[in-house]
Amino acid sequence: MIRIGIDVGGTNTDAVVMDGERVVAGVKSPTTSDVMSGVVNALRAVLDAARMAPEAVNYVMIGTTHFTNAVVQRRDLAPTAAIRLGLPATASLPPMVDWPDDLRDVIGNHWWLAHGGNEFDGREISPLNEDELNGIAAEIRAKGIRTVAISSVFSPVAGEHEKRAGEIIAKALPEADITLSSDIGRIGLLERENAAIMNACLRDLSRHVIEAFRNAIAGVGIKGRFYLTQNDGTLMDAALAEKYPVLTFASGPTNSMRGAAFLSGVKDAIVVDIGGTTSDLGSLQKGFPRQASIAVEVGGVRTNFRMPDVFSVGLGGGSLVVETESGVTVGPRSVGYRITEEALIFGGKILTTSDIAVAEGGVDLGDKTKVAHLKADIVKAARSRMTEILEDSVERSRLSPDPLPVIVVGGGSILVDGPLAGLETIKPDHFAVANAVGAAIAQVSGDTDRVYSLAEMSRDAALADAKAKATEAAIAAGADPASIEIVDVEDVPLAYLPGNATRVRVKAVGNLNG
Amino acid sequence: MTKTRTIHAADLEDIATGGAILGTGGGGDPYIGKLMAQEAIRKHGPVTLVDVDTLADDALVVPVCMMGAPTVMAEKLPQGDELMNAFSALQKLLGRKIDAIHCCEAGGINSTTPFIVAAASGLPLVDGDGMGRAYPELQMVTFTMHGISATPMVLCDDKGNSIVLETVSNKWTEKLARAATVEMGGAALLAFYPMTGAQAKKATVRGTLSLCEKLGQTLRQAHADHVEPVGRVAEVLRADTIFSGRVTDIERRTVGGFARGTARLEGLDEFRGQTFRLDFQNEFLMAERDGEIVATTPDLLTVLDSETGNPVTADALRYGLRLKALVFPCDPQWLSPQGIDLVGPRYFGYDIDYRPYQFRATPA
Repeated sequence: MIRIGIDVGGTNTDAVVMDGERVVAGVKSPTTSDVMSGVVNALRAVLDAARMAPEAVNYVMIGTTHFTNAVVQRRDLAPTAAIRLGLPATASLPPMVDWPDDLRDVIGNHWWLAHGGNEFDGREISPLNEDELNGIAAEIRAKGIRTVAISSVFSPVAGEHEKRAGEIIAKALPEADITLSSDIGRIGLLERENAAIMNACLRDLSRHVIEAFRNAIAGVGIKGRFYLTQNDGTLMDAALAEKYPVLTFASGPTNSMRGAAFLSGVKDAIVVDIGGTTSDLGSLQKGFPRQASIAVEVGGVRTNFRMPDVFSVGLGGGSLVVETESGVTVGPRSVGYRITEEALIFGGKILTTSDIAVAEGGVDLGDKTKVAHLKADIVKAARSRMTEILEDSVERSRLSPDPLPVIVVGGGSILVDGPLAGLETIKPDHFAVANAVGAAIAQVSGDTDRVYSLAEMSRDAALADAKAKATEAAIAAGADPASIEIVDVEDVPLAYLPGNATRVRVKAVGNLNG
Repeated sequence: MTKTRTIHAADLEDIATGGAILGTGGGGDPYIGKLMAQEAIRKHGPVTLVDVDTLADDALVVPVCMMGAPTVMAEKLPQGDELMNAFSALQKLLGRKIDAIHCCEAGGINSTTPFIVAAASGLPLVDGDGMGRAYPELQMVTFTMHGISATPMVLCDDKGNSIVLETVSNKWTEKLARAATVEMGGAALLAFYPMTGAQAKKATVRGTLSLCEKLGQTLRQAHADHVEPVGRVAEVLRADTIFSGRVTDIERRTVGGFARGTARLEGLDEFRGQTFRLDFQNEFLMAERDGEIVATTPDLLTVLDSETGNPVTADALRYGLRLKALVFPCDPQWLSPQGIDLVGPRYFGYDIDYRPYQFRATPA
């Protein structure tokens, strides 16, 4: 099986060709401002390096920070309508109440509270009102808004109102993209609604991005299937990704940690992924990223996604090194993807961390004569500050005093010149493209989400049945049965329903077969 | 300690964090209450937090709170006027002006709800509460031990309904109010336990809202300083760490409107090879290590994320989380025979007597 993994980062677009478990070739090429020509360049370069015909490629897996960055940088976000069903309840805290002002302003702060929604036991809070929703649709149309997020109280256990409202709005606004909160989130109204609204405001962008990825892949002659990686390290096909761009959030750190584990063969470690602008640190447990235990914020918005617990620090290969009166500072400002024009070693005028690494002599990059003039004390001071930032971050990411190894990956890995914090420090082969390797080896998943009556079977039997069904679903999605693991089990009792009903959700993941 | 302080919207962040720690696993995520209190303070101005001793003996003091299942509160947010409706209706019923707002439960969402009414009414809020933590039933307050009646009480829902209760005992108030709460959709807001300043001075567990704030500050500071946070929090609480491990199973069921369940953990660090079981009925009530009971209510059990020190509620317990369990001493009022009757293990259906946890940490 031939797979191509691509990671589209802020600075570089990385690509690898893998033949089964073997990395055949890996390349880095600059991310372009239009992103897509960068992807085409990377695909061509990696096929070339692997001496591989495009027809031989079975799968292309893409990890992209595009959608996260759009939210973080508040760009390319569509004006969005948020409709919440729940009146008279929930009026105390309207949609987007806990959002940063600038993000709320960018998408327009358009929200409507409507009747509907359910109590915890399935009763209606109030009946759904078709006229009210049609009135809201008319206002949405008048404002020229084309993407809508609908949330409804208790929709994860009673989704009828949300679905019905979606149909009503779709009928009134046939051109609108509609996101239902129960499709992407769990219990916890604000967090689920936040995720739905973010998804909705990314739909315009996702249509363009997915289309552009599709064209880029077809343009180089690849006919294999194409997937995007999501935050839990598993794959979604392109059609699903277009509908649920929000599920790609945090896939980057997941890919780099999974790639680091794969390349190093080490399953428990601290991973330091050094890019152009930042370093992301996280911890690997049994080959998977440790999950954050609290609500994770994306661009300042609280969500209840399961996300890897990642700590970011402003140090990368393009970080600015500045001499000040009080000493040498490093980062957090960076030349980013312009490093190949602006860093001294590439003929530019700006002193960066990469220039320091080259000046020290251990790294062969660019033109080292361009940094020969740097004073030794500046180089030494910058190095000591870089080491200090990295060691401090590693210490933060340690979960125990146990001497775990540190795996250093990413294009900025050249900044690391020895053991960090006294720990064994590994730079695996292909370290620079670990992200892309992580995308290439991303797994497929199978989910079940069913209500069991515990009057008829024991909880253990219900869980076993749900696990078996999730496993079957993963196999149907193409997972190798021997590789399947249950990664998530959640059972939520539905109170006051006859027969002690409980909703069980299980996720199984496995390696793509072949 | 200063007798009077001003609480601004930003201060609610620390109070809510501390409230979650004192929530001992339950009491609801203070997040929703915090947002509502911040909205109220932005609209009406800051809240004056006062020491209970500053109250006149004949002052009229009224606690307000939210009642119901935490999962419901995080999903069905309040309409917004319920608490002020309950407050105003009770004031009218009592036929005199209320002088100060009180807190019944400094743990969980109710560490923040009194700020909503204090801001909206402009009345001072007593720095203290009736539990020093969170408990699941409304008679489980120190006020009950001092003979203060929970009624007259007013209970309001999101739809505009309100119920006035007059009962023969606080246990009856709990039963009737609970039934009404379930009918109201699993969560309701109320004003109750009207008391005099003199009664409040005797019954209040003092300084607990300030303690919430201090716990929140401690955690925030530990994050800023990059130091191990669980130990810092334990120091403030005078708590012992009784387990460190990873969640391997969670069983949940809802009984009579309460989220009940059991979490099982496998040991890590110095507890490697040991197992741990946490029983919760909204709050963490009993802890067993290797099959031996180590701590029970009314001693306080709280669970923090091993690395970040952030409190983890029973609701938020998930497979795979790494946690540390702390036990810390309850307010001495709970150790009286009456206190043990109200909140001891037997009340919650555990067939064991309360045995005080022997704290290693020396009291400050």
